[in-house]
Amino acid sequence: MMSLMEPALKAPALVTTKLSASHINMVFDRDGKSVSVLEDINLEVSNGEFVCLLGPSGCGKSTLLSTMAGFLSPTHGEIRIDGEAVLGPDPRRIFVFQERGVFPWLTVEGNIEFGLFNQPRSERARRIRHYIKMVGLGGFEKAYPPELSGGMKQRLEVARALAVNPDMLFLDEPFGALDSITRLIMRGELLRIWEAERKTIIFVTHDIDEAVQLADRVVVLSARPAKVQQIVNIDIPHPRDISSARYLELRDGIFKQIGLAHKV
Amino acid sequence: MNLIVRLRPVAFIAVLLVAWQIAITREAAPLLPGPWGVVGGMADLVRHGLLLKYVVASLFRVTWGFLLAAATAIPLGLTIGWYRRAEMALNPIIEILRPISPLAWIPIAILWFGVGDMAAIFLIFVGCFLPLMLTAINAVRGIPAVYLNAGRNFGLSPAHLVFRVLYPAVMPEIIIGLRITLGIAWLVVVAAEMIAVSSGLGFLIIDARNAGNRYDLVVAGMVMIGVIGLLLDMGMKSLEGIKSLQWGYSED
Amino acid sequence: MNSLAQPRSWEKFFWPVLATALLLALWHYSVIWTATKVFPSPLDVEKGLAELLRKHLLWSYIGDSLRRVAIGFGAACIIGIPLGLTLGWYPAANRVVNPALQLLRPISPIAWIPVAIIFFGVGDRAATFLIFLGAFFPIVVTCVNGVSNVPSMFRRAGRNFGLTPLELLVKVVFPAALPRIIVGLRIAFGIAWLVVVAAEMIAVNSGLGYLVIDSRNAGKRYDLVVAAILLIGVIGLVLDFCFRRLENIKSVRWGFRHST
Repeated sequence: MMSLMEPALKAPALVTTKLSASHINMVFDRDGKSVSVLEDINLEVSNGEFVCLLGPSGCGKSTLLSTMAGFLSPTHGEIRIDGEAVLGPDPRRIFVFQERGVFPWLTVEGNIEFGLFNQPRSERARRIRHYIKMVGLGGFEKAYPPELSGGMKQRLEVARALAVNPDMLFLDEPFGALDSITRLIMRGELLRIWEAERKTIIFVTHDIDEAVQLADRVVVLSARPAKVQQIVNIDIPHPRDISSARYLELRDGIFKQIGLAHKV
Repeated sequence: MNLIVRLRPVAFIAVLLVAWQIAITREAAPLLPGPWGVVGGMADLVRHGLLLKYVVASLFRVTWGFLLAAATAIPLGLTIGWYRRAEMALNPIIEILRPISPLAWIPIAILWFGVGDMAAIFLIFVGCFLPLMLTAINAVRGIPAVYLNAGRNFGLSPAHLVFRVLYPAVMPEIIIGLRITLGIAWLVVVAAEMIAVSSGLGFLIIDARNAGNRYDLVVAGMVMIGVIGLLLDMGMKSLEGIKSLQWGYSED
Repeated sequence: MNSLAQPRSWEKFFWPVLATALLLALWHYSVIWTATKVFPSPLDVEKGLAELLRKHLLWSYIGDSLRRVAIGFGAACIIGIPLGLTLGWYPAANRVVNPALQLLRPISPIAWIPVAIIFFGVGDRAATFLIFLGAFFPIVVTCVNGVSNVPSMFRRAGRNFGLTPLELLVKVVFPAALPRIIVGLRIAFGIAWLVVVAAEMIAVNSGLGYLVIDSRNAGKRYDLVVAAILLIGVIGLVLDFCFRRLENIKSVRWGFRHST
């Protein structure tokens, strides 16, 4: 007889689809010529997932990201977030540009506070303190962006984005302008923040290592017009050992998929 | 050591003044005054209470013409710069009006306003309007799209977008434009006063000559014009020192 | 705003034509509605222009204005460019001379008329002197800025390759500064065009500026006044356009951010 004291079997965690992109096509008109940038992209991203869009420069991944965030309308196809069609940008899904997106006429505090105009003063102050601490900009509250380094500006932009408590973050090659050492540090920071706050993150990069280090799934896009070439499941738990066999196996798989020679 | 370096430009000007004085005393019956003659002329003006009166008259006109132009041209320019089609539409008209000296409008100014303050203010307005509008148009077009996109992303209403993103983003460039245009206004007022009104520093110059070849007053007037123009420019430049504007002035 | 979509190419002509037509219509009907007896309508101006052309005065006046601008601007270049380059090259010298320049610059060239008349008498030379003054200061300032803004890495590369100071100036600094200098020259020329018109209104008896003031004084011919004003604008625009062509020469193009 089953005891009522036995622990009930754990029900599987509910995995909901946060974002669904169906049959996305994007055609641009440049001086009369039609340029097809995205071709029949289909993708579903689950709640709390970290997804990387990986592809060579100019392939259209930034266009795809902008479309998902609502800054562009696809020529065909539809993006839905939480079941609702995406019609424009929304504070529930914040786009993190490279550090140039930071407002240079506002201090660090002013930037973080930017999206908080609906919050009472006390809440604003609390969030500012919290996120300055989280991204490690303590002591620079009153500084202006021109006084900050590239990495600090990038962190400021992330803090600004997080302060409004969005569901989703879109990051467009956020670490592209940083030196490689800072980049490694920033990747760790981003993962730390993600694990603390579990947002759904879609991250664009052209760096294969970066994708495999960060993402739950890597969406490999072809050169323009971008099509989904492959979706790779990265099943290594964090923190990832970048010299482990599984890591190298997954990484090499993508190298081969993109067709890159293995030796320089 | 530092003091000597600082004094060098002063010494340079002093040398020029001495050379000027020498050149004058060489002439048997000099028409042009030397530096001392100019000082005497200025003292003369002060004694008759004219100096202050003329300076105020010129400043008054400049202020009004300049502020009116700023109040109309800048919002208009920001709007035109925002809507590409508006700029396309108005571009030819602007390009034709731009090379026309404000003074060429004098007959029209006199026709509409008669001889007097209003005509001068109108001329200054005309001289300032297009440069300010063009500054505003360029400033808006130069706003990086990231700023506007970020603003929209955070859910700003169009009105908020204008006040919290567009306006701060264009400020540095507009302030430079205001400084340059103030310089233009000062040039126009002097010229306008020489032709169209009967007070002010420009009038002083033309009148001092016509009414008796008082070249000491003429040059005194010129010196005042130079000094006040420089002070106006320095005043505007100090605005560029505001901290939250510094980002717009780096040579990046 | 998912911005108003990219304008089509036909719109490049449509909107300006529409705006200009509307403006002309507005002007025309304003004249009719206010029943003004003096201010000309667009048609009056057109007839005025035709009249000027017929009278042969127009071309000689345009020629006079152009001549004065050419001489005054040319003199300003000949004296101002070397001076500006020198001051830019020797910042110490610039620090000494600059305050004096800053004091002279805000004095409108027109204010120099009485002094100019003393030196040159009434007439062409005085007007040309004024144009010289108007163009001189912007040219010097621009050359100073152009030289001092040449990135130090260019100078270093030059020295690295063993150039003498003179060679450095001629082969590296001058070409590097050239884009800025040319823009400055174009702006100074625009100023010269403004000054010539103003100078002609006061100091001489020919030229487009004189035409403007004379048409009014000699008979309230406001149609000719407006016609002259428009001519001034058009010719100034054409001159500016020619100058911009200079900026397109390959060896200078690199210095300009061309908007596509």
